[in-house]
Amino acid sequence: MSLSVSLTHRRGDFALDAAFEGQGGVTALFGRSGAGKTTVVDAVAGLIRPDRAHIRVGDTVLTDTDAGRLLPPHRRRVGYVFQEARLFPHLTVKGNLLYGARFAAPGAARPLAEVVEMLGIGPLLDRRIGGLSGGEAQRVAIGRALLAAPRLLLLDEPLAALDAARKSEILPYLDRLRAAAAIPILYVSHDVSEIARIATDIVVLDAGRVIRAGPVADVLSDPAIVAATGVRGAGAMVTGRVTAQHDDGLTELAAAGGALFLPRVAAPIGAALRVRIAAQDVMIARRAPTDISALNILPARVLSVTEGAGPGALVQVQAGDATILARITQRSARALALAPGDAVHAVVKSVSVASGDIAPVPG
Amino acid sequence: MLGPEEWTVLALSLRVALVATLLSLPLGIAVAYLLARHRFAGKAIVNGVVHLPLVLPPVVTGYLLLLAFGPRGPLGQGLEALFGAGIAFRWTGAALAAGVMAFPLMVRAIRLSIEAVDPKLEQAAATLGASRVWVFLTVTLPLILPGVLAGAVLAFAKALGEFGATITFVSNIPGETQTLPLAIYSFLQIPGGEGAALRLVVIAVVVSMGALVMSEWLAARAARRVAGR
Repeated sequence: MSLSVSLTHRRGDFALDAAFEGQGGVTALFGRSGAGKTTVVDAVAGLIRPDRAHIRVGDTVLTDTDAGRLLPPHRRRVGYVFQEARLFPHLTVKGNLLYGARFAAPGAARPLAEVVEMLGIGPLLDRRIGGLSGGEAQRVAIGRALLAAPRLLLLDEPLAALDAARKSEILPYLDRLRAAAAIPILYVSHDVSEIARIATDIVVLDAGRVIRAGPVADVLSDPAIVAATGVRGAGAMVTGRVTAQHDDGLTELAAAGGALFLPRVAAPIGAALRVRIAAQDVMIARRAPTDISALNILPARVLSVTEGAGPGALVQVQAGDATILARITQRSARALALAPGDAVHAVVKSVSVASGDIAPVPG
Repeated sequence: MLGPEEWTVLALSLRVALVATLLSLPLGIAVAYLLARHRFAGKAIVNGVVHLPLVLPPVVTGYLLLLAFGPRGPLGQGLEALFGAGIAFRWTGAALAAGVMAFPLMVRAIRLSIEAVDPKLEQAAATLGASRVWVFLTVTLPLILPGVLAGAVLAFAKALGEFGATITFVSNIPGETQTLPLAIYSFLQIPGGEGAALRLVVIAVVVSMGALVMSEWLAARAARRVAGR
């Protein structure tokens, strides 16, 4: 089921003018805070009244201001997982989970047991809300939204309020959610690694406008979106298959036209993984370096060199079927006289790839 | 300990206060919700009218009630025509006077508890499929229930102690409109009535104190409930 959003909205100094399509799966809405992400999501949920909008999920038009159609929130069947879980404090976890089911069409809601199992919240069912940790509360909120039988799921920075430990606790559940949801998901985030992990498509929002949209791998390897990700967030996403589990703790992947050695990933041989490689963790060498500690030396071809406002430059290279970004200094780029078409080697330290940057390929 | 006359007074007082509280509660919740959650033209005026009995001399409120609901008042004649009986100089009139005087306290307590409920929770309920009425019944009302009860208890105590508006509107008729404070006043007017007055005073203190303690306890519960513990 597809999602189509076209929206203009002005409040004070802020003007939003955005249009995008999502082809099922997980569409990530990415941008810095203040880019207008939450405004878009609130408009989809019907919580704000946009100046002008056309919003459609599958065949159902949720908002069409030109035709004077503005479905009230409770008739949209849009599951909304808020940044702060917003659980009902007077109900138990189970009461929260089942809240929306009574409003869903008979038989439309999936079984409670299935959702509870998927999110691992069985032991919490009889607990009060006040005693839940942030990660637990967010999982319950996801379950509550799912059990209302939504036609679309909105996740507005569901991890933003959590610390790093809680995030890594909840990420595997998001992977499972993506696999099991069977409805389109609009996932709002300002964290590139989260998006590289979960999304199929990405819409990059900057100051109220869509500056780039498309499949995640294409968009993240585009140097032009660094304005939105920031240089530290820049990084491409590559996919590969597990070919070997070595007994010195490394996992070998066939990816980016060669072998990619990563810290141990719990995945069977043949499993497809996606790996985000941060641009700042990639070095560029003219000749294949020898006697170097880095394990991943990928033959590549320069696609473009983009000089930033500061001392840095972004080099986009093609390695096998993957496009990788490397952030180096402009001085190095000039010293190596890098130009499009040049044959180079991209060097990646294995240990620079964090486990949170590795995830199963959505599918 | 209490004579039949005093029992009559106590029973009448409780009936007047209870009826006043219960009948004004739905309106109190509606007005509190309106004031807490909506912006509309004339909100300041509604707020002012609700609070007027708190600042007006009670005798003025009582006189205004008499003008409106008295035998020659427009509303009084309307009730007369509808039910064949007015409320002036009857216990129902005492309940009305008590209800009007207690209304501001009730609305304030309920309004505070509504304002303590995060509107984001009501939004979340809407996205889960609940219409406005359902949101109110399943989220707002359960969360403010202790606050509503606290407001009701406070209003009950106030209604029990109402004097000025009652005596002005429905006079001081034993067995019909002579509530606790009116009876105390009457006993103090006759020689040798101090003993009976004192017993009623003790009752008034005990009931009022109990209501205050209960109101505080319910308010604390409301705060805990909103926090989800």
